[in-house]
Amino acid sequence: MHQRLYRYIVAFVAFLFASVFAGGLEVSAADRHDESSEKPLDVKEILFEHLGDGYGWEMPFDHHKRIPLPVIVRSNDGSWHVFSSGRVTGGNDFVDGGVKFRIAKDGEYRNKIVEVDGAGVETRVTDVSITKNVCAIFITMLVIMSLCFWLKSWYRRNGYRVPRRGLGVFEALIEFIYSGVIKSTLKDRADKFAPYLLTVFMFIFVLNIMGLMVVFPGGANVTGNIAVTMVLAVFTFFFTNIFGTKHYWKEILWPDVPLWLKFPIPIMQVIEIFGMFTKPAALTVRLFANMMGGHMIVLVLTLLIFIFASFGPVVVGATSVVSIAFSVFMLLVDVLVSFIQAYVFTMLSTIFIALAQEGGHEDKHERNEDNGGGAKDPAPVSTL
Amino acid sequence: MDLFSPDSGLVIWMFVSFGILFIILAVFAWPAIMKGIAERANFIDKGVEFAQEAKTQLDGAREEAKGIIDEARRQQADILRDADKMKTRIVDEAREAAQAEATKVMDQAKESIAQAQKEAEKNLRNEVSVFALEIAQKVVKTQLDDEKSQKKLVETLMSDMEK
Repeated sequence: MHQRLYRYIVAFVAFLFASVFAGGLEVSAADRHDESSEKPLDVKEILFEHLGDGYGWEMPFDHHKRIPLPVIVRSNDGSWHVFSSGRVTGGNDFVDGGVKFRIAKDGEYRNKIVEVDGAGVETRVTDVSITKNVCAIFITMLVIMSLCFWLKSWYRRNGYRVPRRGLGVFEALIEFIYSGVIKSTLKDRADKFAPYLLTVFMFIFVLNIMGLMVVFPGGANVTGNIAVTMVLAVFTFFFTNIFGTKHYWKEILWPDVPLWLKFPIPIMQVIEIFGMFTKPAALTVRLFANMMGGHMIVLVLTLLIFIFASFGPVVVGATSVVSIAFSVFMLLVDVLVSFIQAYVFTMLSTIFIALAQEGGHEDKHERNEDNGGGAKDPAPVSTL
Repeated sequence: MDLFSPDSGLVIWMFVSFGILFIILAVFAWPAIMKGIAERANFIDKGVEFAQEAKTQLDGAREEAKGIIDEARRQQADILRDADKMKTRIVDEAREAAQAEATKVMDQAKESIAQAQKEAEKNLRNEVSVFALEIAQKVVKTQLDDEKSQKKLVETLMSDMEK
């Protein structure tokens, strides 16, 4: 078995070398033919195009063909316009209902849909298009929902039998997060917050994994987009503060510190309120930076091949092999990172929520008396 | 930079989609799934408990059975020993009884033999005395037929008496 695997790897590497050298020779031959038409390689442009959002979805093997997605914009005169992104990609202008739209090529609104007035001045419009990232979010929603309902129907149909294969993996993930993170931290309040935390975990995890796949249903760098991570962190912020206990708010507004620290000048209050916002901010940046970083490394490693393309076939061949080997390695590491980041986001959200669930010592009695159902005795929360 | 400024359209869509996803899953999926997992965990726990209990019971039963078998074996040994003892006793008793009977029979036999002997002796004596008298009579008769012999006898007897 191992020997066979080894043989496959050797064959694959040999094939890689051969194809890369052949390709290099071809490229250099092409270079000689029409050097004038070659544009200089804009690494930054390529990087940002792949990392950022887009109005269309790239097809494999052809950089110019895109899957068109609906563009939904509200022009400055207040009218709504819905059209296919295929009409504006490639630098075309599109006139819809007397308003001219295009994707800005440079300036402040680069790569965004702008409205062009008669004088040729570009102004940004209210843009709620179904972009690549939004589409990826929809696909993720469908994936998660189908998995969840599949599992639910499994339980209904099969009773106590354990699901196998794919569904088994999904259940194991849920079980891992539910008992390993949520239950162990939130104790008897776990069931109240578990739906949110499980949704967050699954959402981030599926998006992360789909982001690593290169072709259509994947390839969108959604969790490496600050808007997405910010919204997720805002949800955690809401859950933390809306369900925060009396004790939690007391800790923020009137903490147990010497009076001079909180009375004439509210130093502690300012720090605590600042702390309320740094937690979600940390969540936002951590997930965003980790996922974007992973994508960026793989992209840069791949781009190295094209950067070294001008040095001749031998150099480009060697670079290709090294780059591809490293890219594969980084992608494998990214699979791990995908899970770890989803796990970390869920775990930190759980801890933030748990911290806001903590009851004080004097608070405990009151709560036990006046609270029959729902919130029981607050268990001591382990903090990191 | 483009990457660090959140796009408002994406924020709106993300908020809406995630909200919808959360609500749908929180209402229809997660409670059922968590219930399923918890129920199965309980079921497995119960199963394990049951199995342990069954094992304990089985061990107990095995012990009990072993005890019963041992007891039975001991009883069997006791019974065998008792039977042996009884057999010996019965045989002994029988032997003793037989002995006693035999002795009694022998005694009776001896007694009757002795009696018979006595009677025989008595009879014999009677007969002998009768015979002796008859013989004596006959002898006396023959010897005292003539005068001479009667005189001789008287003389003999007289001389005997003198001596």
